[in-house]
Amino acid sequence: MKEGMTVNINKKDILGIAELSREEITTILDTAAVMKKIIQGDNKKTNYLRGKTVLILFYENSTRTRVSFELAAKYMGADTININVSASSVAKGETLVDTGKTLNSMGADVIVIRHGMSGAPHLLAKHVNASVINAGDGMHEHPTQALLDMFTIREYYKTLNGLKVAIIGDIFHSRVARSNIIGLVKMGAKPVIFGPSTLMPSEIEKMGAEIAPTINDAIREADVVMGLRMQLERQKSALFPSKSEYAKFFGINHANLSLAKKHALWMHPGPVNRGVEMTSGVIDGINSVINEQVTNGVAVRMALLYLLAGRESCRDVKQRANIISLPVQEVYV
Amino acid sequence: MKILIRNGIVVTDEYEKSLDVLIEDGVISRIAENFTADVDIVLDVEGSYVLPGLVDAHCHLRDPGYEYKEDIASGTRSAAMGGFTSVACMPNTNPTADNKTVIRYIIDKAGREGVVHVFPIGAMTKGLKGEELSEMGEMKEAGIVGVSDDGCCVENASVMKKVMLYAKMFGLPVICHCEDSKLAEEGVMNEGELSTRMGLRGKSKAAEEIMIARDIILSQRFDVPVHICHVSTALGVEIIRKAKRNGVKVTAETCPHYFTLTERACEGYNTLAKVNPPLRNEEDIEAIIQGLCDGTIDIIATDHAPHHIDEKNVEFDKAASGLVGFETALPLSYTALVKPGHMSMSELVRKMSVKPAEILKIDKGKLVEGKMADITVFNPNTEYTIDTDKFVSKSKNSPFHGFHVSGRVIATIVNGRIVVKDGKLAV
Repeated sequence: MKEGMTVNINKKDILGIAELSREEITTILDTAAVMKKIIQGDNKKTNYLRGKTVLILFYENSTRTRVSFELAAKYMGADTININVSASSVAKGETLVDTGKTLNSMGADVIVIRHGMSGAPHLLAKHVNASVINAGDGMHEHPTQALLDMFTIREYYKTLNGLKVAIIGDIFHSRVARSNIIGLVKMGAKPVIFGPSTLMPSEIEKMGAEIAPTINDAIREADVVMGLRMQLERQKSALFPSKSEYAKFFGINHANLSLAKKHALWMHPGPVNRGVEMTSGVIDGINSVINEQVTNGVAVRMALLYLLAGRESCRDVKQRANIISLPVQEVYV
Repeated sequence: MKILIRNGIVVTDEYEKSLDVLIEDGVISRIAENFTADVDIVLDVEGSYVLPGLVDAHCHLRDPGYEYKEDIASGTRSAAMGGFTSVACMPNTNPTADNKTVIRYIIDKAGREGVVHVFPIGAMTKGLKGEELSEMGEMKEAGIVGVSDDGCCVENASVMKKVMLYAKMFGLPVICHCEDSKLAEEGVMNEGELSTRMGLRGKSKAAEEIMIARDIILSQRFDVPVHICHVSTALGVEIIRKAKRNGVKVTAETCPHYFTLTERACEGYNTLAKVNPPLRNEEDIEAIIQGLCDGTIDIIATDHAPHHIDEKNVEFDKAASGLVGFETALPLSYTALVKPGHMSMSELVRKMSVKPAEILKIDKGKLVEGKMADITVFNPNTEYTIDTDKFVSKSKNSPFHGFHVSGRVIATIVNGRIVVKDGKLAV
């Protein structure tokens, strides 16, 4: 990132990686690199979003994403409110559009939404002036997860271009997989996916991912191996026979990881079903960057909040230059 | 009362000629070249087609129970604006039209408040549950023209067999909504690349095709004619084509949205394009047009399915399925089928007037001397952009807002009564 460069993304909302250009993704990742310095610093509190309100509206359970957004907003100096949907008027049958309008009328600047139904953030965004950030919608997208994954990969490899990224597991239910596939393809990486064919969505290859015939083919010579959470709570129908059979044929373990490149990164969006999609030895293993991903998640979310809502409060050019000219070690492309 | 329709081009399933039509006391008394008569009203319809009133074999009037979406008064007016003079309404009302009382209510109300002929279709099974036979005999006496569990599929093949055998005793057409709901896997749109990208559950085409095949096999095995609703897939068309070749007594319908729109209409989580069966792909559109042209698909129905805006302005998963179709069906069919030369106007009349009446065994859909005057006047030369706000239907849930089409209904006559005149409601 060049000193004094104008960081900007010309968007009201962050609804998905599909709506972001390669340049915008790069801007977000570059900004996140600066934010990471802030997290690692002594005083994490900044005032780039002072006077702004970030509402966190989660219709699905979550620990890491919700806390990550809340911390990111607090580090940026915003006021945050967590809306507990089960104890809100939503439980009284209020529609998403009405809830959104209500929150908007109270002056929310950013609404972070997680919802079990695909497209819910898009519906909300149409009806509010606030910026909407999609924190995961149904089986559609989880853009901040893909951004933090790409950030993590890029931090190690300095680029995403040309990397083989194996994504393994329940692709069907995974918004993480979809967002990563879209983002990785845009950034020039090669996503290769594998999972039980019953958990492979229709025509996924048209999104630009290669479907590997076996787990070994997926992992062989990979630069990154990403496991996906087996969404046991969504397995209503007979999609796979048992957890033990799943672990044996579709799980990531040291044996199949030995086919990957020696320094390949082992990733997982969490929470992990230990011993199902990944062995404990891998999760806690030497190449695992799972905890690093969590830290980077906060940085990426700070960057998005800054880029979406931090503009006006950073009108002071000096203050703005300050954040941009923080020392960054690498100039990434 | 005498009405003379002058200077139009009369189109029936047999001919297309410049003829004048005289209506006396509700009856078509003369169809001939350029004649004069002492009449009360002259409709000069130069350049327009004069068609036997359209017959819609598949619609939802929502009455009783869902009058906030549509009722018989608004629904039949919407139908008239689209050129329909007879409509057959499906039984998924509240209470369900699975008994003579509800059927009588519909027929009575249609007589009092309706402006086109209304022919109720009774439920095949009680409560559309697919378990017990409905009282088809009593409903037949009350006036139903067929049985259907439209919206639901009778999943149990043994029950379906009994429905067919029992309905046949009363001469009632068996109208099948074909969908294996288990295989549809709670899908909300067509299964494929787009459902994957949008993260929406897809309905496999196979869910429809399997049930088409099942009902055809039952039809063949037990010798009961069946009518397949809203065919949307290429393989579905092919299965029906083969069955017809083998002499199975099967007829089939499709709807304008299945030959004009693809799943792409759902992009941006556009709930107006959520419909069941879902919008499919280009290759399906081609196959459906081919099926219409070679006679595999007998009729075009609207599946007019009104929904309140609040039922569409929600998450895609939660949104109601269906679209209003009366006021766009003829212009869309003309624009997509006749204008590009896929079929003649005569063939379109066969699909939208003659055959639907034949399938429902009702004495409608013909433009001949001596019959009650049900006539649609359609000007094919008007080009305009569809504006859903102008619909007469209570509901505006159409994905065709902003579509450019050719052809407008300028007059609709029902039993000799002018219901639509100069493209506007006259009642």
